[in-house]
Amino acid sequence: MSSDSEHSIEHHIQTYIRVFIALGILTIITVAVSYLEVSFIEAFFLAITIATIKGSLVLGFFMHLISERAAIIWILVATAVAFFILMFIPLISLTDGTEIY
Amino acid sequence: MSSIPYILEERPDTGLNNAKLGIWIFLASEVMLFGGLFSAYVFLRFAAPEGDFDYWGSKLSVPMATFNTMVLITSSVTMVMSWASLKLQQFDKYKMYLGITILCAAAFLFVKYFEYTGKFHHGIYPSSSTFMGIYFTLTGLHVLHIIGGMVVLIFFWTKQADKMWAENQDLLANRIEIIGLYWHFVDLVWIFLFPILYLL
Repeated sequence: MSSDSEHSIEHHIQTYIRVFIALGILTIITVAVSYLEVSFIEAFFLAITIATIKGSLVLGFFMHLISERAAIIWILVATAVAFFILMFIPLISLTDGTEIY
Repeated sequence: MSSIPYILEERPDTGLNNAKLGIWIFLASEVMLFGGLFSAYVFLRFAAPEGDFDYWGSKLSVPMATFNTMVLITSSVTMVMSWASLKLQQFDKYKMYLGITILCAAAFLFVKYFEYTGKFHHGIYPSSSTFMGIYFTLTGLHVLHIIGGMVVLIFFWTKQADKMWAENQDLLANRIEIIGLYWHFVDLVWIFLFPILYLL
C-alpha cells in the first residue's frame, strides 16, 4: 500500500468494516440461493458469481490491490491467464471422442 | 557486513520491497497449486455418474461450513485491523485484533475437526467416493494452510512482537502486512471452496 498516513488509515478502517458487512450479507445470499429450484448450470453460475464478487472485495480492499503497484498487477494477470488455461484443460477431455466413464 | 537492501524501502524499478514482491509471487504459486485441484474437481465432476456428486455432497454440513465461512471472514477483517492498529501506533489494539484472528483460526479448525470426525464416525473416508476424495484433499490442504498461518500469527502475538515493536515499528508493520496478505488468500480460497463443495 503506497499511502499510509494516519488519516488515510482511519478512512480505510471504515471501508474494512463496510466490506466485512458486505461479505457477511453475500455469504447469507449464497446459502439462500443454493436452495432455489434451478438447474445445475444456473446454480453454478450464481454461486461462482457471488464467490467472485466476495473474492474481489477481499483482493481489492483487504489485500489493497486497488492501490497496489503495477508489478503486482502484472504478476496476477499472468497468474490469472495460467489459472484459466488450467480450468479449461478438463474441457479438452469432452472433445477428444473418448468415453470419460 | 552490509545489510540486505530493500527490506523496508521500495526498489526504484518495481516500487516494492522484498517481502511484498516475495509474498505475491508465493501467492501466485499458491493459486496454481489450488488451481490444479480445482481443475481436478471440474474433471471429476464431468466424469462422475449422474447424481453421484449431489448424493455425496448432501452428506456435508452446510450450517457448519456457513459458520466457518463467517469465522474466516471475521478473521480477515481482524487481521487487517491489526495491521491498521500498528499504523496508528496502537500496539495494544494490534495485540487484541491479532488475538481475535488466532481465536478465529482455532474456531475454524475446531469446527473442521468435528466435521471430519463426524464423517469418520459414519464410515465416510476419502476412499468412500470420488467426491469425498477431492473433498478431503481440497479441505485438507486448506486446513494445512490455516495451521501454517496460525503458527506465524502466534509468533507475532508473543513477546517477539513486543521486542520487534520496540526495535523497529515499521518492520513489524511490514511483517504483519505480509502475513495478512497470506491470511486473506487463505480466506479467498475458502470463499470458492465453500460453494463448490457444500452448495453445488
